Amino acid sequence: MPNDTPALLTILGMAFVTYLTRAGGLWLMSFVTPSPRVEAWLRQIPGAVLVAIIAPTVLASSLAETLASLVTVLVAWRTKNVLVAMIVGVAAVWILRHLL
Amino acid sequence: MDKANLTASADTTSKNITFTLSGALLGARRTIPIAISVFAIGLVFGVLARQAKLSILESFLMSGLVFAGASQFVALSLWIAVPLPVITIILTTLVVNLRHLLMGASLRPWFSQLPLSKAYASVFFMVDESWALSMSDFAAGGRDMAFLLGSGITLFVAWVSSAVIGHALGSTIQDPAQWGLDFAFTAVFLALLAGMWKGKSDLLPWAVAAIVAVAAAHWLPGKWYILLGGLAGSVTGAMTNAQ
Repeated sequence: MPNDTPALLTILGMAFVTYLTRAGGLWLMSFVTPSPRVEAWLRQIPGAVLVAIIAPTVLASSLAETLASLVTVLVAWRTKNVLVAMIVGVAAVWILRHLL
Repeated sequence: MDKANLTASADTTSKNITFTLSGALLGARRTIPIAISVFAIGLVFGVLARQAKLSILESFLMSGLVFAGASQFVALSLWIAVPLPVITIILTTLVVNLRHLLMGASLRPWFSQLPLSKAYASVFFMVDESWALSMSDFAAGGRDMAFLLGSGITLFVAWVSSAVIGHALGSTIQDPAQWGLDFAFTAVFLALLAGMWKGKSDLLPWAVAAIVAVAAAHWLPGKWYILLGGLAGSVTGAMTNAQ
């Protein structure tokens, strides 16, 4: 058991810094006076962060991912259903990876 | 006219925020499809943790206390060194998870009406997927902040249980990428984005976010691309939409 101390310390350290990142955004914003410009910025974050998360996979991995992304957006737009879009998207990427 | 509408809606958005059990249950229900994919990825984490010589208890603790998939996989890739590079792993975890700062900042208007204890407890369970679902629900008019907590706890249960099961089962688990399951998160985020699209005013900020993210993913290690793309896109949007 004493040999496991570095591993436990590492896990606790990881947990600590990760919680800091989760609480830090809320905490830092308490020093920012709300203004129309700040609120306009906060409203833009969800879309921009989501685009940033997916952009490398959608645009710069392979043709299968790019085409499956197009299919997913079309299905989401037509059905307004996230679950259906997810299932069709996963099926599309699975088929396209085998075909391409 | 756009500006008047935006400020009017901003005034109403931060009022009448609730935090109820039914809100949490709604968040949980909406999250179940994604939790299935999270469970599949968590199984892989458990398998890799076992290969990296983590005990089942350590795998359980890491998934339960850190609860941030990308940084946990990166940590496993560093875990093989002897002696264990404790500081390197902790600092790398910090950098990979810096994107949470932006996500937390975007929650501030919603949490400003609620006790701080609820806000700081809820963000422990905030991951990309639960945050994205919540922002999408709020954009559609939802006003119950417990949605975020219910969604997060659902993913937490899937993530922690799958880490333990994956560790116990070992290499009998197949790679989810073989079934296209690795694409599930991208598909969900695309579908949420399709619902968030408000019109041409989103085009420029989203294009900036995409270009900066692709460039950063190419040139920089880890997850810097999310923070940089998200910052560039949101600042662009704030400047073009506030005029």
